[in-house]
Amino acid sequence: MTTSTVLAAAGAVSGGEAVTFWILAPLALAGAIGMIAARNAVHSALWLVLTMLSLGVFYVLQAGPFIGMVQIIVYTGAIMMLFLFVLMLVGRDASDSLIEVLRGQRLAAIGLGVGFAGLLGSGVYRATQGSTPVGLEQANAGGNVQGIARLLFTDYVFAFELTAALLITATIGGMILAHVERRKEDKRDQIATMKARFAPGNYPGPKPGPGVFATSSSVATPARLPDGRLSDRSTPDILPVRELTAEETTLKGTEK
Amino acid sequence: MKLLTQAPSLTDFGHDPWWLILGKIVFAFVVALLGTLLGVWFERRVVGFMQVRPGPNQLGPFGLLQTLADGLKMAFKEDILPKAADKVIYFFAPAISVICAVTALSVIPFGPMVSIFGHQTPLQVTDVPVAVLVVLALSSMAVYGIVLAGWASGSTYPLLGGLRSSAQLISYEVALGLSIVAVFMLAGTMSTSEIVAAQGNGITLNFFGAEFDGPGWYAVLLFPSFVVFFVSIVGETNRPPFDLPEAESELVAGFMTEYSSLKFALIMLSEYVAMVTMSAFTVTLFLGGWYAPWPISIWSGANSGWWPLLWFFGKVVLLVFVFVWLRGTLPRLRYDQLMRFGWKVLIPVSLVWIVFLAGWLKMQDFERNDRLIVFGIVGGLALIAALFWPSRKARPKPTLAEQVENRPQGSFPLPPLDLQVPPSPRTRRMVAEREPANAPAGQDSEEV
Repeated sequence: MTTSTVLAAAGAVSGGEAVTFWILAPLALAGAIGMIAARNAVHSALWLVLTMLSLGVFYVLQAGPFIGMVQIIVYTGAIMMLFLFVLMLVGRDASDSLIEVLRGQRLAAIGLGVGFAGLLGSGVYRATQGSTPVGLEQANAGGNVQGIARLLFTDYVFAFELTAALLITATIGGMILAHVERRKEDKRDQIATMKARFAPGNYPGPKPGPGVFATSSSVATPARLPDGRLSDRSTPDILPVRELTAEETTLKGTEK
Repeated sequence: MKLLTQAPSLTDFGHDPWWLILGKIVFAFVVALLGTLLGVWFERRVVGFMQVRPGPNQLGPFGLLQTLADGLKMAFKEDILPKAADKVIYFFAPAISVICAVTALSVIPFGPMVSIFGHQTPLQVTDVPVAVLVVLALSSMAVYGIVLAGWASGSTYPLLGGLRSSAQLISYEVALGLSIVAVFMLAGTMSTSEIVAAQGNGITLNFFGAEFDGPGWYAVLLFPSFVVFFVSIVGETNRPPFDLPEAESELVAGFMTEYSSLKFALIMLSEYVAMVTMSAFTVTLFLGGWYAPWPISIWSGANSGWWPLLWFFGKVVLLVFVFVWLRGTLPRLRYDQLMRFGWKVLIPVSLVWIVFLAGWLKMQDFERNDRLIVFGIVGGLALIAALFWPSRKARPKPTLAEQVENRPQGSFPLPPLDLQVPPSPRTRRMVAEREPANAPAGQDSEEV
């Protein structure tokens, strides 16, 4: 197959593989640390993208081109993009504050994290030390993609379908929870709106402006209807209807 | 089709000396840059032709150097960095777009095996078993360029453009991926060179015992996939009528509003390179790659040597023309229309087509009787569905008089339906007093 497959199948680490690893492994680690250390949420997401891209290349390097590409397409391309989508809505200036709410929490987290990484790394190292990888040739015999397809659609087809059903259920559940029920009958179209406008009890014309035919131009002065009554519809609801008394409308004697 | 040995397979890659690899990479890069230079000129000329105006015609023969002049002018413009911008991301976002668009050309087969200074080598930078996925991965990474450009600008319109583009590109990527599945099913491979090779020879269709020689191009064999794919790549490259991220009339220019000078040039470059790349990708997957189209393919030497380069780029130019044609013809979609079209039309059509195709392929191995049984079952199901499909009975529409009659008591008064408005006496007098017009009578009598 391709060069990378041959390289990985040989068992020994070749020059190109080692170079790629030693370039990308620090980058992946830097991405992981940067993701935690970055104050801005979008920067955090971008550091994570760096780590995921490096992981994708590692998969390709380990003779798994399909899983590598899927890692980039699905994780980096779709999932992280959805994360970014939400983060961008938060706003640019929303950064984490540096104030530590739990005292000593940061130090404890660093200690625990380094300890866990040490345990995991040494455990994996001890477990794989001296063992020789076998079976890659047979697994990739008919091509990497074809091998995965054969396994997925024969031995693991039930698990695969179950996972698909689970994901679909989760998706539908999420859509139902987020969905605002608005049935077709509840939606008022243009015709229904117009009919309601001309139905009895509703005046179809525009509201009279305040102060029409009134003695003052204040917004609080209701308009007068042609028959002399006051119209409540002309004043805002929060204002009390106020008609000036005769005393208020008479001249105050301040004018020349 | 006796020259099929010319088609490279995966084992033909990875044997080139370093200078040949470098030469191929430079060639792909030059194709991308020339594609942009000529693409902008081509688009402006063609759109000009469609809008009955000349387009750029001053600089060089047919205005060919206009893009070069524009590019040089852009380089000398002031590079503006907005105060509210996130500087690092603002700087890198256009680069991400360009890198993704150009890199995708590395797995596009430009031609068959050729001899370069004694080396037998395929005209393709490289090929991997998952080459098509490489292109998909790069196009999904290209979204970052647009989204980050919009976010890092620190301004409202770019942010809206970025948000739109992320939603749009993710939606259309799903349809894009689903439409390629059909190609994988027929070709049995994800490597671009082998997909092209699979289209080189026509297939034999077995229809009720009778055998037909079908064409090899997947655009014909998988026509629904081809349509969905092409619509999706128009959405994926942000070209009209799906250019909502940069909608000039509502978002000024979307994610690139704040960009200027060379960074803006990079964004433009990435857009046109992506157009060329995606056209080349379409040609590879559906239009037979570098294989000569039918009347030329009668000539036995058409598919060997350097000639296929010509057929390949001819097809690419044809597809770029279609892109430009779409821009000159279709108005921009509204955002909800775009989303509805992607999720409710393209994706279901792809899914149904994949199921149908899988059933069809499976049935090719069946005996005649089994096949008839399958047809019977599918036909019966369709009949039952058609019989029990809930039909909406149209209610007779009430006449205007009935509607008026049925209005509740106290409704707003209406004038009588048979109201005859008497002509105004003033109008009649004015018409009588008006002087006759000087225009020659008869010619324009049909207008008014």
